[in-house]
Amino acid sequence: MTRKQQRTMLILGALVFLGLAAGLVLYALRDTLVFFYTPSEVSEKLAQKELQPGVRLRLGGLVAKGSVKLLDDGVIRFAVTDTAKTLPVTFKGILPDLFREGQGVVAEGRLQPDGTFVADTVLAKHDEKYMPREVADSLKKKGLWQHVQKEQEAASSAPGATTAAAAAASSGY
Amino acid sequence: MIVELGHFALVLALGVAIYLTLVPLYGAATGNVRLMELAVPAAIVKFFLIAFSFAALTVAYINSDFSVLNVWQNSHSAKPFIYKITGTWANHEGSMLLWVLVLASFTLAIALFSGNLPQSLKARVLGVQGSISTAFLVYLVTVSSPFVRIPEGRVPLEGQGMNPLLQDPALAMHPPMLYAGYVGFSVAFAFAIAALMEGKVDSAWARWVRPWTLAAWTFLTAGIALGSWWAYYELGWGGWWFWDPVENASFMPWLAGTALLHSAIVVEKRNSLKTWTVLLAIIAFSFSLIGTFLVRSGVLSSVHAFAVDPERGVFILGILAFFIGGALFLYAARAHTLKLEGGFEPVSREGALVLNNVLLSAALAAVFIGTLFPLAYEAVTGGEKITVGAPYFNLTFGTLIIPLLVILPFGPLLAWKRGNLKGTFRKLRTAAALAAFSALVTALLFGGSIMAALGVALGVWLVAGALEEWAHRVMLFKAPFKVVRNRIFSMPGHMWAMTLAHAGVGFIVLGAIISTAWKSEEIRALKPGDRVPIAGYEVVFKGEREVPGPNYLALQGMFEIFKDGRKVTDAISEKRTFLGRRNMPTTEVALVYSWKGDLYIAIGDQSALGGRTVRMYFEPFIYLLWIGALLMVFGGITGLLDRRFRVGVAERTESRLAAQPAE
Repeated sequence: MTRKQQRTMLILGALVFLGLAAGLVLYALRDTLVFFYTPSEVSEKLAQKELQPGVRLRLGGLVAKGSVKLLDDGVIRFAVTDTAKTLPVTFKGILPDLFREGQGVVAEGRLQPDGTFVADTVLAKHDEKYMPREVADSLKKKGLWQHVQKEQEAASSAPGATTAAAAAASSGY
Repeated sequence: MIVELGHFALVLALGVAIYLTLVPLYGAATGNVRLMELAVPAAIVKFFLIAFSFAALTVAYINSDFSVLNVWQNSHSAKPFIYKITGTWANHEGSMLLWVLVLASFTLAIALFSGNLPQSLKARVLGVQGSISTAFLVYLVTVSSPFVRIPEGRVPLEGQGMNPLLQDPALAMHPPMLYAGYVGFSVAFAFAIAALMEGKVDSAWARWVRPWTLAAWTFLTAGIALGSWWAYYELGWGGWWFWDPVENASFMPWLAGTALLHSAIVVEKRNSLKTWTVLLAIIAFSFSLIGTFLVRSGVLSSVHAFAVDPERGVFILGILAFFIGGALFLYAARAHTLKLEGGFEPVSREGALVLNNVLLSAALAAVFIGTLFPLAYEAVTGGEKITVGAPYFNLTFGTLIIPLLVILPFGPLLAWKRGNLKGTFRKLRTAAALAAFSALVTALLFGGSIMAALGVALGVWLVAGALEEWAHRVMLFKAPFKVVRNRIFSMPGHMWAMTLAHAGVGFIVLGAIISTAWKSEEIRALKPGDRVPIAGYEVVFKGEREVPGPNYLALQGMFEIFKDGRKVTDAISEKRTFLGRRNMPTTEVALVYSWKGDLYIAIGDQSALGGRTVRMYFEPFIYLLWIGALLMVFGGITGLLDRRFRVGVAERTESRLAAQPAE
């Protein structure tokens, strides 16, 4: 092979490889993308047939007050609400440290034909406002943000938290 | 007072940084030696000013001076002393100050330890470093000052406490290591820009760049490993890598840096791949900047993103655009001035290194797309949220990196210029036989999927391949003992570095595959007295108690661990509630170590029906991961100790190399 042919082969090889890699990325993206919805969006999309049960998605909202129940052998049932709509969720596993009733949560899993949601991952990731960003954004979009903030302020201004004992007492230990 | 002095020193440092940018670069452009020489004292002064500023903030943290806004927001008087010190950088402003301090240290190191650099190259490198320093100092002084005071009379008595997740020894060391890695790539970047200005890249250039790149890579490897180890024992999720955007932010510069390490070898030995290596140096530091932006701007929703402030995000984005855009523009305009390289045979050492670079770059691109796609999607659709999770990364990154790992052991055995594939394979037959044997044994004796068995084979292939290459190098079993001994003791540091690092990759593959494929998991709601069998152990829940820590209250879940009816040990998993940060309890995992792996116990919340949810894992051979990372870091250190990389030996080594073409 001459130098020129060699170079052409190299460039061709690189292009083919690049194409394959790009194809792989696109394929993986299409197959593994997970959309984020609030309970209201889930019911909208279901009604418009844009969403079928069995599709993997992330469900975000607040943990409905009084909805958390532990069933046999670690299965936990709770409900995710965006105050307009509520969706029941079951999850087998340990809830994250920051999981609280009335606070933000993101559950990842699949919607079942019976309208419940089976989560395999539950995240209660927080910024300093103790709210997952997606949840805060979607609540803001729906104009429910003020409502939630007020409630949280009320909750966090509860009994003085200057000692460890008080801290523990007010967090439910 | 010391706080004001710290602030003042920071502003002075900005002045010096501007001076360090303009004067040497102007001097280099006009050929004025006196102006070029001024770069060294400027770099020294800048370092001491920033070091003083950092010390001032540290003192404010140690004294719990809550009149400083930053200290009040992130510290607490009851915090243990060590976390008062590390608290200095466990917040946005302080960590950016650390970033600038690390940068100043690297600039100082170049100024002091590169006496053999040509004057103009040295002036330009220091000037580019000065410009990066200037940008980040402007950022610190204007929008992100750690020295803002709370008005007198309103000074609080107690601070709000440090982020509890960060009150941990491994995570205290994680940011300095990571930043030393990120910022270390700025040296390679500065060398690349300086080379583009000079229009000259040669073997000497590569020999100067390599140790800096290796130092940065070693720090970054250690930083990532610490972060991963921390995630394993602190988050309580039983995993060690989650493809979290913030993890990716540190992984991307690592991939680029690894590629750069390898391509710089080709520049040094074969005087080839020059334009590509310059581009890689720019890319590696660009990803460091992107990583800083992703983590520091709060643009990602992620556990690590404890800084949320759009104004700052836009500022860092501006810095990013200036340096990346500027560098790429310069590259486009000047790359043709670098002398074009000759071609080479595909089957050769340099061919293998090119393949390494192609696959690493493709893997880097896949991680980059996956990390930024949700942000782009959200921006384009106007708020639709999507997640690109672990399945995407496992599929794309895995597909691209596995071929690289398979061919890795061949690379070091191939000759420069024209290699012999058949002969090379013959040299690796022991490794190949061991790999095949281990796959067979794994599949037959331990069950698990075919993929897991192949994964084990890949890990064995990498470790055995690295060892077999080493054995050939020292002529083990082929030469008399004396010769072998001489060869071992005279083997240069950078060759040891390669063997250690490549074997380390193998150990990481083994640890990752085995701990994932043979993991046992039990999640139960336990009441005192309950017994749970897991992986040959029996875990007995003894009950709970509350124990006060220095600045937290710990709820302890107590366990007794039995094996074959005999008690092995007690184990305690904690949930800690910190003063001032009640809303962020943290988990302390109980770990019971054995040569077979870790028994991992994490307590969760009280369950509604009584009892406590407890998550138990057995993570077989997970320690191979940490061994692998340690080997890579040791490899890096060994490489840095190589006398070829030391100051002033560049010329002398040249002749030694010429006399010893065998390596």
